[in-house]
Amino acid sequence: MKTRDVKTIVFLAALLFAWTGSAHAQAPDSCDLPAYLLFSDSELKRVAQAVQDNKRLDIAVLGTASSALAGPDGGSSAYPARLQAALSRRLPGVMVNVVSLAKSRRTTADMAGELKKLLAEIKPALVLWQTGTFDAIRGVDPAQFRETLEDGVADLQAGGADVVLINMQYSPRTESMIHIAAYADSMRAVARERDVPLFDRLALMRYWNDVGAFDFYAAGKDRGLAVKVHDCLGRALAALIFDAAKLEKPDGQAGQ
Amino acid sequence: MTTERDLRLDLFRGIALWLIFLDHIPSNIVAWLTIRNYGFSDATEIFIFISGYTAAFVYGRAMRERGFVIAGARVYKRAWQIYIAHVFLFTIYLAQIAYVARGFQNPLYAEEMGILDFLQQPDVTIVEALLLKFKPANMDVLPLYIVLLLLFPPLLWLLLRWPTTALAASAIIYAAAWEFGWNFPAYPSGYWFFNPFAWQLLFVFGAWCALGGAERLGGLLRSRITLSLAVAYLLFGFFVTMTWYFPRLEYLFMPKWLSDQMYPISKTNLDVLRFAHFLALAAVTVYFVPRTWSGLTSPLLRPAILCGQHSLEIFCIGVFLSFAAHFAKVEFAGGTVMQIVVSVVGIALMIAAAWLIAWYKRVEGRKATARPQAARADLAGGET
Repeated sequence: MKTRDVKTIVFLAALLFAWTGSAHAQAPDSCDLPAYLLFSDSELKRVAQAVQDNKRLDIAVLGTASSALAGPDGGSSAYPARLQAALSRRLPGVMVNVVSLAKSRRTTADMAGELKKLLAEIKPALVLWQTGTFDAIRGVDPAQFRETLEDGVADLQAGGADVVLINMQYSPRTESMIHIAAYADSMRAVARERDVPLFDRLALMRYWNDVGAFDFYAAGKDRGLAVKVHDCLGRALAALIFDAAKLEKPDGQAGQ
Repeated sequence: MTTERDLRLDLFRGIALWLIFLDHIPSNIVAWLTIRNYGFSDATEIFIFISGYTAAFVYGRAMRERGFVIAGARVYKRAWQIYIAHVFLFTIYLAQIAYVARGFQNPLYAEEMGILDFLQQPDVTIVEALLLKFKPANMDVLPLYIVLLLLFPPLLWLLLRWPTTALAASAIIYAAAWEFGWNFPAYPSGYWFFNPFAWQLLFVFGAWCALGGAERLGGLLRSRITLSLAVAYLLFGFFVTMTWYFPRLEYLFMPKWLSDQMYPISKTNLDVLRFAHFLALAAVTVYFVPRTWSGLTSPLLRPAILCGQHSLEIFCIGVFLSFAAHFAKVEFAGGTVMQIVVSVVGIALMIAAAWLIAWYKRVEGRKATARPQAARADLAGGET
């Protein structure tokens, strides 16, 4: 046997080992996602500027109950805090500060009333706007929803912030009761119209459900699932922001 | 005007009922087969158009033979039946939601549980539902149908005298609804999911076709030019829907001015693109499936025709079964196998129910020889 063949066999064996190893690493709670689910055409230029010029990134999360978790450690386990942790890991030397303004039972119109104050007080380079669920529960007119959201995003952009929209959670137990399709479509349309990335939480969670990463049918009080999912969401958001702002790790390595 | 029942109506309404059922099951892989994924319009358009057609067919005859008052009373009796059916479905919905509320405590879904807030004020919820203002998801079609029937007697009167004037009036109401934003208010906020001011156009168009309009359009429908235009439009619709699933396609091929013009495609207000898509589908169908097509009597299509002939009952059973299917998915398993099982079993149950209703009507009809007139009306589609 030639050395080359031996090398090939060793290489293949190593590959196989790596593959089974990574299959093991993809235990049921893995939050791996295919790249297309985090793909965006829209660029986050202000985020890039803040990171490169100021070495400081202020992010505001505007949202409702699904952007928060109840309990004493709710603040540190919800996805805004997880995002801060994940971005800080990816951007050593940059001061990342994520402020969560999540409050339950607010429609998009309610939140749109707070944009000026938010811009003035936090001066964020990026606003993550999570919405849609409560509007769907209240049955807000989808056309009006879309208009409010579009105007709000325009105001944020005019106020000097980049925007990422975050849509609904995938919730199989309530999906026959909450008509979210029209609102999800509206959010996609607004994202395209205003040229901002959409963090498609609905599709991500559906993907995790389909590959068996999480059991979203679970009804019980167990907080473990919620904590894990928020951690995954925070990391996925960090990946999306990192890519959409075309940031690179200081050592030139891409990815996690 | 022909007096024989057109089996094509039953066939396509039956198929529409199956598609509505499949679309109502959330996250259902079988729903990828339904037409809404391949064009602008969906089964609702078919259902409303055929309902308008058969309503005019049945009550038009009654109005000519027995006068405005009797025919009007029959229409209102039908509207009442549909109202009762809607309330029945709402009761099942309440039971389902109350059941879910009891066991659902997952902290991940604190926000989604807000849908259960309605249970905090059952008095308000129930009254708003009886007023047709509170309409849970997937229970929007029957209220639309009720409103359409309530407005139908004067409209039918007009259609029988000046059909084209009636159609023009309908089109004006449609345009005005778009221009002035007319719609019925809903509870707790917003408007009706199916705007009656917009959707009446399809119902009236169906009625107009039944009362001689289809014959007037005959030449147009047989023309090859119409066919090629319709096929071209269906292909356009197919391409556009593909860009929804493969955003890359949109990025590459969809000019921005076109998407600015097209979106949003409103289902609530029966967007012109949807209406045109339905017309194109209908034109192609009528071209290739003539009234005398032999397949219409084949046993293979019999189940769909049976379902179409008892549309109200089968529609309600379909809504109920979609609740049941969701329940089964939540309680047992939500996987692909389960989705296929509930879809197939659901349609089988719809067929079985239609068969049972047909059998009962046949048996009862034999006894009721004293009222041949009524029996005849039933045969000709007392089902509207």
